[in-house]
Amino acid sequence: MNDWSLGHLADPACCLEPIDVAGHKPANLLGLLTTMLRIRTAERCLAQGRQDGLIGGPVHLGVGQEAVAAGVSTQLRKTDRVFGAHRSHAHVISVGTPLVRLFAEVLGKQGGVSRGMGGSMHLWDQPNGFYGSVPIVAGTVPLAVGAALAAKMQGNGDVGVSYLGDGAVEEGVVHESLNLARMLDAPVIFVVENNMFASHMHISLRQPKAATARFAAANDMPYDIVDGNDVLAVQAASARLIDRARAGEGPGFLEAVTYRWYGHVDWREDVDVGVNRSAADLAGWRKRDPIARLVAGLDAQGWLRADQLAEIEAAVAQEIAQAWSDACGDSDPPPGALTSHVFVGRRGPRP
Amino acid sequence: MSSVRYNYGTALLAGFEYLLENYPEVFVLGQGLWSPWYVGNSMTDLDKKFGAHRIIDTPVSESATTGAAIGAALAGMRPIVVHPRMDFMLYAMDAVVNQAAKWSHMFGGQAGPAVTIRSIINRGGEQGAQHSQSLHAWLAHVPGLRVVMPATVADARDLLVASVLCPDPVVFIDDRWLYDLEDELPPIAERPLESEGPKCLLAGDELTIVACGYATQLALKAADLLSAQGISAEVIDLRILNPFDAQVLITSVMKTGRLLAVDGGWGPCGMAGEVIASVMERVAPAAMKKSPLRLTLPFAPAPTARSLEKIYYPSAATVEAAARELVAKA
Repeated sequence: MNDWSLGHLADPACCLEPIDVAGHKPANLLGLLTTMLRIRTAERCLAQGRQDGLIGGPVHLGVGQEAVAAGVSTQLRKTDRVFGAHRSHAHVISVGTPLVRLFAEVLGKQGGVSRGMGGSMHLWDQPNGFYGSVPIVAGTVPLAVGAALAAKMQGNGDVGVSYLGDGAVEEGVVHESLNLARMLDAPVIFVVENNMFASHMHISLRQPKAATARFAAANDMPYDIVDGNDVLAVQAASARLIDRARAGEGPGFLEAVTYRWYGHVDWREDVDVGVNRSAADLAGWRKRDPIARLVAGLDAQGWLRADQLAEIEAAVAQEIAQAWSDACGDSDPPPGALTSHVFVGRRGPRP
Repeated sequence: MSSVRYNYGTALLAGFEYLLENYPEVFVLGQGLWSPWYVGNSMTDLDKKFGAHRIIDTPVSESATTGAAIGAALAGMRPIVVHPRMDFMLYAMDAVVNQAAKWSHMFGGQAGPAVTIRSIINRGGEQGAQHSQSLHAWLAHVPGLRVVMPATVADARDLLVASVLCPDPVVFIDDRWLYDLEDELPPIAERPLESEGPKCLLAGDELTIVACGYATQLALKAADLLSAQGISAEVIDLRILNPFDAQVLITSVMKTGRLLAVDGGWGPCGMAGEVIASVMERVAPAAMKKSPLRLTLPFAPAPTARSLEKIYYPSAATVEAAARELVAKA
């Protein structure tokens, strides 16, 4: 990939084989499978809630991209500093945010992760290591660098994680952030979920080369480009980059090539509104399903019987139905919430 | 404890030294911090005293640097990011307006960056349109940002300390034209920024002059000139532009019945207009002896030619003239 094309990784006719699970612990594999199933089932629940009109605001769904957050998050601890963007449901679910609190937030309820003040696009769960997501493209990228710099100053071995998309790479602040992270040796991992689309537009119409990791190379930063629908490839690459960041060896860059099954926003597939987004490509990518490929890999080793899979799926479905029902029953934020947290510090009586 | 003589620049330096000595979570980043000629005498040798790991001279990246300061604040540090000239800070507006200011509200008060964004007004000297701006009114328009503008030697030091110790994002705006101002200050006593607000610097009873930053010093000089002519002006320094508490102004105008708002920014949608509106909403028309007046920059970018620059900025003489117009018999 010296020409910075993504080669076979961008081709939906490739990478269809079962995930090679040989040598991996079944517990790790079942954990990854469960995380991906929880993400997908939760996102489908949100898609339905949006379609039914129960969710009033936009939801940016990442069905098809579950392996990225699932794989990266296995390498994180609660004191790490993870930052996301508009498509961050998977990021919070995979660091352990209770589904009911995510759902309540998307529904604008006060039991939500952001106390009903954020909705789908502004998520916060710092106790689980998720420092925040916002929908300004690339808005959190320099924040992740700063949180990582803080970890370096605090000497605790924690890392920052900045999830961004291939579209964010077109923002100037990303390039400033890569350079700054490298010059300060900040322990931050930039995780580019390259799904080849920014909103409606294919990367070939936005950038001269498809591999965003060329900017890591330009900033003298170690990088890896992986099949983002291979959860074990994501896990291995993120382990390598995160371990060296924890050891004080500076930032890293992980590019995970993937595809989203829904359109940019909400529940539709949007093959009609995408530029270079075809029904044929979508059908191909659905076959490159990160979950089905892991199941096939487990099956090939005889590590997951059909009844075990059905049991896991049923448990996830039950958990999500319960969480959705509980979230729907939560209460709205009080009217005072409109102005009560503009400042953290009290306005205070003047002397 | 004995008092020490400072100028505005060394008072800022004393504030930095106090913070860095007493709070290990404080660090500073920005352009020019390892250079003796970048930020006047306000940060001289901080890098030598506290180390280059705490006083970080950065790449030419206002946006990422400001964002990184916000991220570090979210992670428990108390960073101060320095923009040696406010005009260049416009590259960082997403970080300031979309991120720092919003984080607390968006997340229900669970998170907020205790970051101080120091922005320096650095104009004059024929530097022109992109080296001269005072955009404090823009920033004061945004909920969630505290905007602080010290006009005195004491405030340069003490409001810097209060800003950095405040749990909210603060834009701290100092002005190079004030750096030679001198005063004697007692030792630092920490005070919460939330309890600070506009202050009456000079009592008077015929008119109220309200200003902020460098314009406050013009107002004080103008009040001297007026006093020599037997006109008694009250001068109020805004100090904290956001959140804006107009009570001191209202009380004063109820007494004087005349209001002159002076500002080093532009008129439309500016600080002077906000001052007048906030007062007039709460003072009965019958209490006013004259319609309020504002004195601001001509509504044009800063010129470079010396001759034009001379007439572009308000001066003690133009403030005095506006005040005389206000107290003149109709």
